[in-house]
This record gives sequence, C-alpha cells and structure tokens, in this order.
Amino acid sequence: MATGTEPPRLTGVHDPSRAAIAARHLRTDRWWLAPAVTAAGLLAFIVYSTWRAFANADYYAAPYVSPFYSPCLAENCQEMRGGPNLDLFGSWWGLSPALLILVFPLGFRLTCYYYRKAYYRGFWASPPACAVAEPHAKYTGETRFPLVLQNIHRYFFYAALPVAGILTYDTALTFRNDRYEWGHMGLGTLLFLVNIALIWAYTLSCHSCRHIMGGRLRHFSKHPVRYRLWGWVSRLNSRHMQLAWASLISVALCDFYVYLLASGTFTDPRFF
Amino acid sequence: MAQVDRQQWDVVVVGAGGAGLRAAIEARERGKRTAVICKSLFGKAHTVMAEGGIAASMGNVNEGDSWQVHFRDTMRGGKFLNQWRMAELHAKEAPDRVWELETWGALFDRTPDGRISQRNFGGHEYPRLAHVGDRTGLELIRTLQQKIVQLQQEDFKECGDYEARLKVFQECTVTRVLKDRGTSGGERVSGAFCYERESGRFFVLEAPAVVLATGGIGKSFKTTSNSWEYTGDGHALALLAGAPLLNMEFVQFHPTGMVWPPSVKGILVTESVRGDGGVLRNSEGERFMFDYVPDVFKEKYAESEEEGDRWYEDPDHNRRPPELLPRDEVARAINSEVKAGRGSPHGGVFLDVSTRMPAERIKRRLPSMYHQFKELADVDITAEPMEVGPTCHYVMGGIAVDSDTAAAVGVPGLFAAGEVAGGMHGSNRLGGNSLSDLLVFGRRAGLHAAEYADGLAGALPAVSQAEIDAAATEALAPFHAADGAENPYTLHQELQTTMNDLVGIIRREGEMAEALEKLAGLRVRAARAGVEGHRQFNPGWHLALDLRNMLLVSECVARAALERTESRGGHTREDCPSMERAWRPVNLLCRPVEPAPEDPAADRIVLVRTRTEPVRPDLLALFEKEELAKYLAEEELYE
Amino acid sequence: MSTYDASFRIWRGDAEGGSLRDFTVEVHDGEVVLDIVHRLQATQASDLAVRWNCKAGKCGSCSAEINGRPRLMCMTRMSTFERSETITVTPLRAFPVVRDLVTDVSFNYEKAREVPAFVPPQGVAPGAYRMQQVDVDRSQEFRKCIECFLCQDTCHVVRDHEENKTAFAGPRFLMRVAELDMHPLDAAQEAGLDRKRTAQEEHGLGYCNITKCCTEVCPEGIKITDNALIPLKERAVDRTYDPLVWLGNKIRRRADL
Repeated sequence: MATGTEPPRLTGVHDPSRAAIAARHLRTDRWWLAPAVTAAGLLAFIVYSTWRAFANADYYAAPYVSPFYSPCLAENCQEMRGGPNLDLFGSWWGLSPALLILVFPLGFRLTCYYYRKAYYRGFWASPPACAVAEPHAKYTGETRFPLVLQNIHRYFFYAALPVAGILTYDTALTFRNDRYEWGHMGLGTLLFLVNIALIWAYTLSCHSCRHIMGGRLRHFSKHPVRYRLWGWVSRLNSRHMQLAWASLISVALCDFYVYLLASGTFTDPRFF
Repeated sequence: MAQVDRQQWDVVVVGAGGAGLRAAIEARERGKRTAVICKSLFGKAHTVMAEGGIAASMGNVNEGDSWQVHFRDTMRGGKFLNQWRMAELHAKEAPDRVWELETWGALFDRTPDGRISQRNFGGHEYPRLAHVGDRTGLELIRTLQQKIVQLQQEDFKECGDYEARLKVFQECTVTRVLKDRGTSGGERVSGAFCYERESGRFFVLEAPAVVLATGGIGKSFKTTSNSWEYTGDGHALALLAGAPLLNMEFVQFHPTGMVWPPSVKGILVTESVRGDGGVLRNSEGERFMFDYVPDVFKEKYAESEEEGDRWYEDPDHNRRPPELLPRDEVARAINSEVKAGRGSPHGGVFLDVSTRMPAERIKRRLPSMYHQFKELADVDITAEPMEVGPTCHYVMGGIAVDSDTAAAVGVPGLFAAGEVAGGMHGSNRLGGNSLSDLLVFGRRAGLHAAEYADGLAGALPAVSQAEIDAAATEALAPFHAADGAENPYTLHQELQTTMNDLVGIIRREGEMAEALEKLAGLRVRAARAGVEGHRQFNPGWHLALDLRNMLLVSECVARAALERTESRGGHTREDCPSMERAWRPVNLLCRPVEPAPEDPAADRIVLVRTRTEPVRPDLLALFEKEELAKYLAEEELYE
Repeated sequence: MSTYDASFRIWRGDAEGGSLRDFTVEVHDGEVVLDIVHRLQATQASDLAVRWNCKAGKCGSCSAEINGRPRLMCMTRMSTFERSETITVTPLRAFPVVRDLVTDVSFNYEKAREVPAFVPPQGVAPGAYRMQQVDVDRSQEFRKCIECFLCQDTCHVVRDHEENKTAFAGPRFLMRVAELDMHPLDAAQEAGLDRKRTAQEEHGLGYCNITKCCTEVCPEGIKITDNALIPLKERAVDRTYDPLVWLGNKIRRRADL
C-alpha cells in the first residue's frame, strides 16, 4: 500500500473540484498497522482451519471433540461415545465431515458486521484506513450480487445457535474422563469452558441478535422484557470485535489441543 | 454605478438563529415568499450554544407553575425594567411554542409520565426549563432547520423548486438595510444590501419587510461566550436605518465561563451545572454565595448549606441554594471573591459537581459539559472541580420594538426579534428565557412582517440605485485604504480590551468617559482600516466591515452606561452601587446622529430619555405590595 | 506558561489549484489548532480563509483534515502533537474546495432535503405528545449530531468515488433516516411512507460497507455504525430479505397484476 506508485486518478480525492493535493493521504500515524494485523490474523486462521478441516483426522480424543468437527454429520465420522455423531448425510459423503458443518459458523462469521469491516479493510482495502484513498476505480458496496448476500447474516445467526448448543453439549461431555466416567476434569475441560463462553458471547453479541431481541421495536416502553434483553445484548455488542477475535482464537486453540491429544503429541493433564 | 443582482422577496429575515428561523417559518406559512440570510452555514447559528433549556410554564414537573408565575419571575429577574407587555406575551405563549416544536420532530427529555421534562434554573420559582441534556439550543436549531426543510419539500412537490418560497442565503452578510426615502408615504424599508462571503459578490434583496434577528454584541468584549458572528450587526443596521436602540447599558455577564486554557476563556459552563446540584467554592473551600444574597431576595433563598441541599430533593419545603440567584448577582459575587484574593489558580472560582453526584449521573445529566472540559481543558468534572469566572454573554438592550408586533420604532417595515430586540428582559435576563424569547417573538416578528407586507397591496417601496452605489462604495473602502492602513485584527483587539476593561462587569464614571474617547480614536483609525487580497472569502475584509457595527454598538453601551447613575441587573456602577427606584421608569434610547457626521471622531449617538409605560394594574396585582415598594418609583406607587 | 514555535503546513489555494505552504508560528499553552490558524490570520496571512464559529465543538463549522485525519480544529489540542512535528492542515478532501481551508459542503444540504421530514401523528394535538424516555433515547443520540460533516468527508463511498454522490446520502443522513424511523411518534408509515424502503432505494444504504470510519471521526462520539446504520440495515432485511415477507410480496404483486 505504498503511496504515490500509481499515477494520480482523476476521481475521489483527486477529482478536479477538490483541493489539489497529490498525495493519496496525509496521515502521519501508522494507519497501515491495524489492517495489516487484521489481515495477518485472519489469514493465519484461514490457513490453519483449511488444513484442519480437510485433514479428516485427529479430531477426537476422548472425551474431547474438536469444535471443527462437531456435530459430525456423515457416516465416515469417527465414533464418539455419547458424542455429537449425527449421521444425516450417510455414506455417500467421502470428504472430511468438518466441511459439512463448518459452512454454518463460516457463513456466520463471513457475514458478521465486524468481520465484514475487518476484511473489507484488511483484504480488499476498501478503504485501507480512514481517509486513506482506496485503490479501486469503482465501488458499489453491498448493493449488488454477491455482496448483497451479506444481508442473510440473520439466517446464519439462526443456524449458529444450534451449533453453539451442540458445542455446549460437547463441553458438558468434557467432564468425563477417557473411560467415559462422569465427574472428572482436565486442562482440556477448562479450555472448552472458556471457548464455549466466548462462542456464546460472540454469537449473542451479534448485531442481528440485537435487532431481533428488541432493536426492531419502536416502543421499548411497551416491551419491558425485550427492552432488557436488548440492553444486555447491546452491552455485549459493544465488545463484538473483541469477542470475534477471542472466540476465533479460542476455537482454533481447542481444535489444536484436540489435535495434540489425538496425535499423541501431548497428554491431557487431569485435575481429578 | 454598481451593477448588482436584485431579487424580489416579500420578507427578508436577517439571521438564521432561533428567532430568525422561527420568523421565516411563520412568514412562509402565512404565504409570503421569504428569504433568510445568515453569516454562517445554515444550522450553525449561535443558538446551538444554549445549553440549559427553554423556559415555559407548562407545569409538567410542578403543577403550581403558570404564566403568571413565569411573568413574575421574569419581571423580578429584570428588576422591573422589562417592557412588561413583552414579558406577559412571552410567559403566556412560551408553552405553545415549545409544544409546537414537538410536532416538528423535537425530542425533549421526558418525565416519567411521558411529558416534556422541566428543570430548575436560576431565578425561576419552579422547574420550568424544557431541555435535552445540556444541548437544548442544538435541538432547537435543528428542529427549526428541519421544519424549514420540510416546508421546502412541500414547495418542491408543488412547483419543482425547493427554494421557490423559502430560501436560505447562507454565508452572506447584510451591510445595509435599504430604505425608500420617497415622498409618498414617508420613509420605509425597501430591502437589504448584502454580499456573499464566499465570492465577495454584492446582491440586493428587495423586500418591503425586513426582520432583524442577528443576535448580540459579545464580540466587542474580550472575554465572551459569543462567537465571531456576534458583532452587533442588527443593532447597527437598525441604527443606520434610523431606528433607536433601547437600554444598551445592560449587558449580561454569565457568572460561569471557562477561565482556562486561554484559548477557550469565556466559553460557557451551563447554569444547569448549578441547577443540578453544583456548588461554588472559593480557594478556601467556602460556599461563598451564602454571603451574597441581596435583601430583595433574602426570603427566597436558603440560609444554610443544609437547607440548600435539602431543596434539591424537596423543593416545596425548603428554599433554594443561593448558587441559583439570578446571573448578575452570581457574576458579581464571583468577581468580588476573585478581587479579594480568594480565587482559583487561573483567576476564577471553583464550581464543583464531583463531590455532589455520582460520576454516572454527571455524565448522563451534563454530557456536553463533561465532554467540553475533558476535551478542551483536560479536566474530568466527575473527579475534580471546574474553574469558572464571569464572561460576557448576552445583551438585554436592543432595538426598541413594539411589544405585540416586534416592529422597530419609527421605521416602517423593520422588525426585530431575539437578542437583537430590546425590552423583553429588562436589566437582566433569566436563564432559559432567551430560547423562549426567540420562539415567541420570532413568530410574532414573522407574523407581523407578513401582515405588513400584505397590507402594502402592490404599493411596493423602491430601491434606489444611489443607495446601492453608496452601500457598495462603503463596503469596498477597506480595499482602497491609503498607505499606513490599519490592521482590522489589531483594531478589533483594542476595541475588545477597551470594552472589557472600561465598560465591563463593574463600571466607573471616569473609565467609561475614557472608553468613549478611546472609541472615538478607534473610529478614526477604523476609517483607515485596510486589507490585502481580494473579495473571495477574505476574513480580514469581513472583519473590517464588522468593525463599523461593533464600534457603533460599543458607543451606545458606553454612553448609556455612563448616563445611568445606578446599579441594576446587568449594569453595575462602583460609584453608584445601589438600585435607585427613581431610575425604574426611565428608558435610555440611543438614536443615531442625523445626518451622520463626516468626521469619524464625532459622536454618532445621542441619548434620549423616555418614560416606560405604566405596568397594567392586573399584572401589578400579581406582586405583593411590599415587593413592589422595593422596585417602583415613589410616584408609580401612588398611581 | 510556555511558548514555542511550531511548524505548520497549510493548504492554500482555490478550485483552480493550490499547494501546501509552510509557516512557523508561535504556540502557547493550552491552545488548539484553530487558535494557531487564527494567529496566522492575524499576523501572517490576513486573507487565510477558514470557517469557524463556536470554538467549543458545538457548531461543527471548523472541520478540516489535520495530519490527514478529519478533525474539528477547535477540538484538536496542540498538546497532542510533538513540538518538533510539522502539522499539516488541509481542507476536507471529499468536497469541492472554495478557498484555503473552506470547502463547498452543499452536497450535505442537498442530501438533507431528500430525507422526508418528521410526519406528525394525526389527531394528536400539540402538548398532548406522550413519549417515554426509553423510547426517545435512541433518536436523541442521533440528534446530538452537530453536522460537522466529518463522517460525510471520511466515508470512502463518496470520498473516493465522486460518482456515488448522487446515489448515496452518506452516514449523516442515513442516520437521520434511522432517527426518524425510531422516533416513537413518527407517522410516516400511516402516511404511506416506508422509511426502510427509502433508506435502501433512495438513500443508498447498500453502499455502506460498515467499515466504521464515520464512527471513528465523530466528534460527538455517536455510534453511527452500530446504533444507526447497522440497525437500519437490519430493518431493511426485515422487509426485503426475510423470505416470508419476500414471498408474501411476490404473491401479492402477482395478484395485483
């Protein structure tokens, strides 16, 4: 994103009607840092999750199931005793079962209002930072296909709810030991607890959720319960960005932990 | 001969603050083609700075309130010098004007039962100020602006042109009100001579009725809460058109302006800080206001801190704390404390809410104050006290007008409303009464301007080329200054220092005489004021033109202040410290010397004393006999 | 009190052209950028054009770009800069320049006119309006707007694409639509005006890609994106992208044919 490499364009800040300033921007701070860090973080997650999703291995180490593979929707899933095996697809599905379920959280995050900002800025430089001219000649925003599809965020939110529910179930299962006896805890249990808390906080802090809870109402005074719900969600919503990152990292961490256990690299320290 | 664009309108409103916009809305709704002309962008008027609220006796919070009580408070606050008929109309019509704003989309803070919430304010017996946090002025301006847009949308639907019947000429200045001096029908208003600030291009708006709503004169003083626009344009335009100004000696110094940092010195700290529980302390930590309650107010204010504190919770059984005395009293008290060496480090006193309310409540009740101190002074008002001191805030004096019609005295077709008009507030304005004044008399000015225009029935006044030429020559003079031209910025600074130091909050005869001499000297130098560059957006040129107005108005203030040998409201004389009942029925009118003298050193203003109209008996009956005896002159009491 | 000399670069010129000019100017304790611009006017460049008014961050007149960032000059304290730093001040770069630091902001006034005004409810007399505080809170936040147009200036939709100015109202005026749509007594719906539809079809809501620069620059701290634009988008989803509503509309439209 170096400045001054391309010839000045005669639109935007270089439109002839505007103050004649050759530079695309005059910012003196490290404005490129935030989009760069964002892009790097998202990229790292994409690389990691792609590898893990296609791997189709090392996703179950009793009592832990990787959140990438839960619920596991095909016949080729590893048998997880009491775990989230929901064979909806049968035997014809030959690829990694993670791909079947990841569509939903992926869609949820892809259309999330925070992630949209993050990747529009980080990957698409539209804009790279405030008051820094973007490198595109045309811009139609989310008025056309495919970006108009961002508006289906709400339906991904609906889908994300049962997924979060199943991950909660998985977390409950981590209170077993590797012989499936209840009343035990290990380091993984803690990780799963933190992860599920962040997943729920991120899911419920969603802008669509805020709208559905009460934002769409015109008279809060006539719906005191929904107003209170809206208030709670609004408070969570103000930390949507932090929750988006925290839950992204925690979900990857949980998966990685399961990988370490399943591949035998590491042994889960048991508390009791 | 100056070739200038001429446009014909029915009503021209000068100024787009609260009064101007309200007048324009009224005139347009009466079917008149109306032009509004303002120095800033549309919606930036100084009205946005009003924080506290709009006084109107709706009785939403305390049912005991009524227009009579509001009238009484206003007269008391003005020390009975108010044009009583204005005070009466104001008190009666204010609630309707506020309610009307709601129908245009305004969103005031609410009471628990959903009505407009009202807050306490200095000098008001009941909670009376409709408000929106502490940004009421912004809400008012925005609502009126959006109402204008709505009217323009109607016109667009009807005739495809947003500006067919209501147009805002923004960033334009009026330098002369033009008059038809023809023999038939006598002298009357015929339009306004204007220039575009952006291009410097001259133009003339021909109109039989001109409403002046230009606000105040604060920019003649060094420490002021007023913006650059407040150069007394309307006052000067009226004088130059032959209309007199009334009681110009009364200038309100708001008790609480910021004193630090220097760049924001004078910027207002809203009175709601005190209305909501803020207290004033000197450097010794003492709540000094208890020592400054004047006799006329002794029975109305708490005598102990405990009683004062109880009042916030239970106003029916306790008396209010003296921090809520009228502004002139508080300003003088602060001035005395600072002079006595008990001031704060930067020459003010301490205003503290941090020890009186939880931080959350402060942020909710006083958001823009919190913001203002945080951003401008790096002071967190939820944790430490503010430093405040008096600042020039408002001029009670103004164009002498007819109470009912807002018509300027002696110049048919000229109207005035808002701060530029005199009489309504007497010698001292109560907080909150200015926004209601804007609405009540803005509407009346628009209404009567429209009626006046209707009444002419085709016999329109003419604009003469000679007058246009004269106005153009006058406006271009700063570009033709000879060698040794004066810098308008320097002249302005000297004027401000003169007025601040010699005709400021505490006045003395010798100093005011000195001020008049200095003003004469400044007039001579201002005649030589010169500027560089060209006419396109040239701030030096604009200031050079505004100087004429400030000098004229300053002369009025100094002359009237020298004449009035008493202390009353916004006029405090160290050499005549008490209020004299004999001065109660006396109005001081500033009239222009006619014809205007060639010599710039010569006086431009003559003072004329007139007697006020006796107060109507049923209005007098609203007061206790003993109270009237404190104010009214001996002979008035017998009448 | 301490004083020092600061280096300033200020854009001077007009629609024909111009350039950044260097100035050295005295700075005192506690001053803001606008003070410095005024000192330049009074001492070195009496014809330096600048728009300002209240000097207290309440009128939104002195908008400019300081070191490339849209700011109010009166709310930018000199103490936030290093003394050795050169401070660059330019006019807003999304609007046509008039002269020096003054731009032609008429785009905003045109857009303001395109938003249908508040529709008063039928049969409710002035004085009879009843609204609960919780119901006016949201719109009140938007009414804090001082119309400095910094959000309009920074929004890349129009800043970087002049051609979008016709279709896109900008954050300030989409927020105005949201304000009216959340007003507890606005009777637009009853009068046959669907503000959610106009937001999408007439004011270009879809152009917004919620990159939040408007919120970043807002001197009033209004959460423009989270509280106005996204809720407005969600409201538009209610009517356009909700499959049931969409299906219903399709069927009805066919029936109308």
